[in-house]
Amino acid sequence: MLQIENITKSYHNGIIGWKKKHQVLHGVSFACEAGESLGIIGESGSGKSTLVRMILGIERPDQGQIFLHGKSVEYRSTRRGQISAVFQDYTSSINPFFTVERAIMESVHLRTNIDSNSIYVLDSLLEQVGLNASFKKRYPHELSGGEAQRVCIARAIACRPQYLILDEAISSLDVSIQVQVLQLLKELKNIYNMGYVFITHDIQAAAYICDRIIIFRQGQIEEIINTDQLSQVQSDYGRTLLATSIVL
Amino acid sequence: MNILEVEQLSIWDQHSGKALVHDSSFQLRKGSCLAIVGESGSGKSLTCRALTRLNPKSLAQSGKIVFKGIDLTTLSEAEIRQKRGKEIAMIMQNGMSAFDPSCVVGVHFRETLGQHLGWKRRVADDHMIKAMERVMLQKPVELLRKYPHELSGGMLQRMMIALAIVLEPDLIIADEPTTALDTISQYEVIQQFLLLRQTIGSSMIFVSHDLGVVRQIADEVLIMRSGEIVERGTTHHIFTNAQHEYTRYLMATRATLSDHFRQLMEGS
Repeated sequence: MLQIENITKSYHNGIIGWKKKHQVLHGVSFACEAGESLGIIGESGSGKSTLVRMILGIERPDQGQIFLHGKSVEYRSTRRGQISAVFQDYTSSINPFFTVERAIMESVHLRTNIDSNSIYVLDSLLEQVGLNASFKKRYPHELSGGEAQRVCIARAIACRPQYLILDEAISSLDVSIQVQVLQLLKELKNIYNMGYVFITHDIQAAAYICDRIIIFRQGQIEEIINTDQLSQVQSDYGRTLLATSIVL
Repeated sequence: MNILEVEQLSIWDQHSGKALVHDSSFQLRKGSCLAIVGESGSGKSLTCRALTRLNPKSLAQSGKIVFKGIDLTTLSEAEIRQKRGKEIAMIMQNGMSAFDPSCVVGVHFRETLGQHLGWKRRVADDHMIKAMERVMLQKPVELLRKYPHELSGGMLQRMMIALAIVLEPDLIIADEPTTALDTISQYEVIQQFLLLRQTIGSSMIFVSHDLGVVRQIADEVLIMRSGEIVERGTTHHIFTNAQHEYTRYLMATRATLSDHFRQLMEGS
């Protein structure tokens, strides 16, 4: 289980000597069960991405702790091979000098139990994300947005993680490609039974893939709601969000 | 009456000779809104930039672009500069890169208004403040003293719309203006666009990959795929009676998300 307990974080803004403290997260706590898909929805600047960086251990919280199966994610040994991430900007998340093969195999080699036939692993991974073997020798600039994001997903699932963190993973794709990627994520979840933390500003996408949704605003949790009870949202912000989404 | 007539517009890469947009022709009636819909790489943005000749020099274009009876392709660089902004305003996808990061947004506005309308600082500020209040921006006087990085994407987008309100252009080209925004800002920006059309009655070309957004705002729709227009018609026609396979595919993918969402909302 992934447990986030009372996380606070603040950054310093402004010129040296004129620093202003700007609090981004105010005591955030929630838990994500194994195999659960949890959506976090909020407007830009609400602190969603900061939260992701902490779960991934890229940044440390000021206060509070994040545990994976009871161990703190501050230690690399806790995170390694257990938590993977897919980010919004697919162009900058693959090394431009790496072929698709090298980008994905880098992650496979990190696994403790490397399969004897790693070529087979690569082929099956590519197939699972809807690409074929001809993509192996391509470079990131030769891929379209949807293809690059599929490669990122293949790389993320290569080490068979228990949790996949999707930070606005579909936001910069076309609507038609977004749906394809969401369907792919649904299929993969059935195969590997991974837990998803799906961060987005698009409530329709979150409703499509998530079991529970956290409505996040200005660094605080407004409401946690099951997706099938989405229409019974209590908070004002949640209602506005739903109303605007229905129109579009 | 047509305000813009594009005839056989083709765009190709000069180095490789690869055609990016082939023979696209369309018309825009005065006061109406035309949406160009397609996936990334279908040539929507290239078409938009070709209208004001803003494509990089490595891309060549041919065809006629007649705006208010004048062929824009025959104008000199200085003449087309006068048209850009005053007569044809562009609203870009990324507000952050559309403003000069090294100066406060007020400077950008004063410069633009001074250049096109010859206004002094105080007159320009007065007009801008009124327009910013109209697009629901709070505390406009303070906002004029902010740098672009201090403002959110939605705010910058509304700033650009406010500038368009003051300039009162005849044609507004909006290139994916809502793509980089979250749902609530997206909704608000669309409302501002509708308001903009009501108040100054300008014609509009609205580019998007999201049919949900297009349905709210457009009168006519062009569907583009790999540089070609595959279907065109009124918004009602496209949404009820799409003929081309690709248009149906776009509609079906969009419906996958929205139908599921509607079911959830109605299910209780």
